[in-house]
Amino acid sequence: MLNRRLFAAIAAFAMIAVSGIPAMAQDKSIVVASTTSTQDSGLFDYLLPIFKEKTGIAVKVIAQGTGQALDTARRGDADVVFVHAKAQELKFLEEGYGVKRFDVMYNDFVLIGPKSDPAGIAGTKDIAAALVAIKDKKAPFVSRGDRSGTHSAELNLWKAAGVDIDAAKGDWYRAIGQGMGAALNTAAAMDAYVLSDRGTWISFKNRGDLQIEVEGDKRLFNQYGVMLVNPEKHPTVKVDLGQAFIDFLISPEGQKTISEYKIDGKQLFFPDAKPERS
Amino acid sequence: MPESVDAWQLIAGGDATLFAIVRLSLAVSLSAVAIAVLVGLPLGALLALTRFPGRSAMIVVLNGFMGLPPVVVGLTVYLLLSRSGPLGEFGLLFTPAAMVIAQALLVLPIIAALARQTIEDLWSEYRDELTAMGVSPAGRVATLLWDSRFSLVTALLAGFGRAAAEVGTVMIVGGNIEGFTRTMTTTIALETSKGNLPLAMGLGIILIGIIIAINAAAWGLRLWSERRAG
Repeated sequence: MLNRRLFAAIAAFAMIAVSGIPAMAQDKSIVVASTTSTQDSGLFDYLLPIFKEKTGIAVKVIAQGTGQALDTARRGDADVVFVHAKAQELKFLEEGYGVKRFDVMYNDFVLIGPKSDPAGIAGTKDIAAALVAIKDKKAPFVSRGDRSGTHSAELNLWKAAGVDIDAAKGDWYRAIGQGMGAALNTAAAMDAYVLSDRGTWISFKNRGDLQIEVEGDKRLFNQYGVMLVNPEKHPTVKVDLGQAFIDFLISPEGQKTISEYKIDGKQLFFPDAKPERS
Repeated sequence: MPESVDAWQLIAGGDATLFAIVRLSLAVSLSAVAIAVLVGLPLGALLALTRFPGRSAMIVVLNGFMGLPPVVVGLTVYLLLSRSGPLGEFGLLFTPAAMVIAQALLVLPIIAALARQTIEDLWSEYRDELTAMGVSPAGRVATLLWDSRFSLVTALLAGFGRAAAEVGTVMIVGGNIEGFTRTMTTTIALETSKGNLPLAMGLGIILIGIIIAINAAAWGLRLWSERRAG
């Protein structure tokens, strides 16, 4: 008798617990693998409700580094990828995992560092010279170290500066293997330099003594692209819904919406989709 | 989660997003514990009351699995449930169901191992009596489970604590999707990465409060039923 009551209690407990879970199968939804910079900057919180209002499609965003986001899509676990590392994106297309790539928007990277500025680079415009100064002074530098778009950009910049970072790295170069926000938190805690996308920097709330040291160099350009995952590789891809999201992003309306996302009056992303779907 | 608010405003304002996140966290962790109980108690009882070759090894492995690293469990479940994995056709990755599965795997060893110990200890005390009374094996298990129910509640709470507190598996298999798989712990991780440390800390305090409240409820239930049982 008593045991039946115990089992009834456990069963009731399980049922109450499970009933709290939202419906497993949502009618119209897609999974978008994207980057920590788009999420941490708050763009999706602003953009996705507008898209849902218009189309009824719920977009589920998995925010990862660009490298990991592309891997998630390669495994067939996302319908759309929305990332920012062109070389990696083109490789993804070449391998046949993506249907087509569209430019969506850009912002730029900024070199962040402590107000004390041990490398003496604040206000300069030459990112390559600034990185060389950081290396020469062995000033603390936080690297994402996670194959993200920002990490790829950082590695390209070291190359542009003529620094073989694998050979030059020492105690001063700290690869943390985490997202953009975590890298900024780390830099704030250890008064280090760090490369950030401007969107995440503007929305970041734990700046401590950090400030922008270098900005405005052409080489700090940061392009975002979007691709539908190839249904020939993964038949489960929701082609129509995914394409609807891409079409919205590159449509005049979507582009205008992106340009209207501001924090403290500052525009975070600049739309630059080509007018025709070429 | 709205910008520039602190956690107390969210609670005081009865914030719907916060409520949904708390509800999902509890639903996932409680479901995981329920599944782990349904599998773990019989498994623990079996190990406690039977003797077979390899039993000791199994007990050692089970005890060891109480310390399974959440991130490894998460990765394993991720690879199993991924569209490219063996269970990909069900499309469970990045859903609450995936989080329940992963947490159930984390909690199962705790409940099974603690149940095994509890039941075995009690068995050594009851053996002569139960044998003399000619109680059937099923009856023995039932009696032992029932008489050790108060200790088993502690095992259950240990399992729940493990599930509710972890972030490694739910982040990997859930994907921290807003309004769908975002839990208390992944929200705290996200707000931390946004540099929103006061909000993250506030949410952390709420989470601790909820876990303590659940433990208090279990304690109260125990007192009440002990009194009833006389």
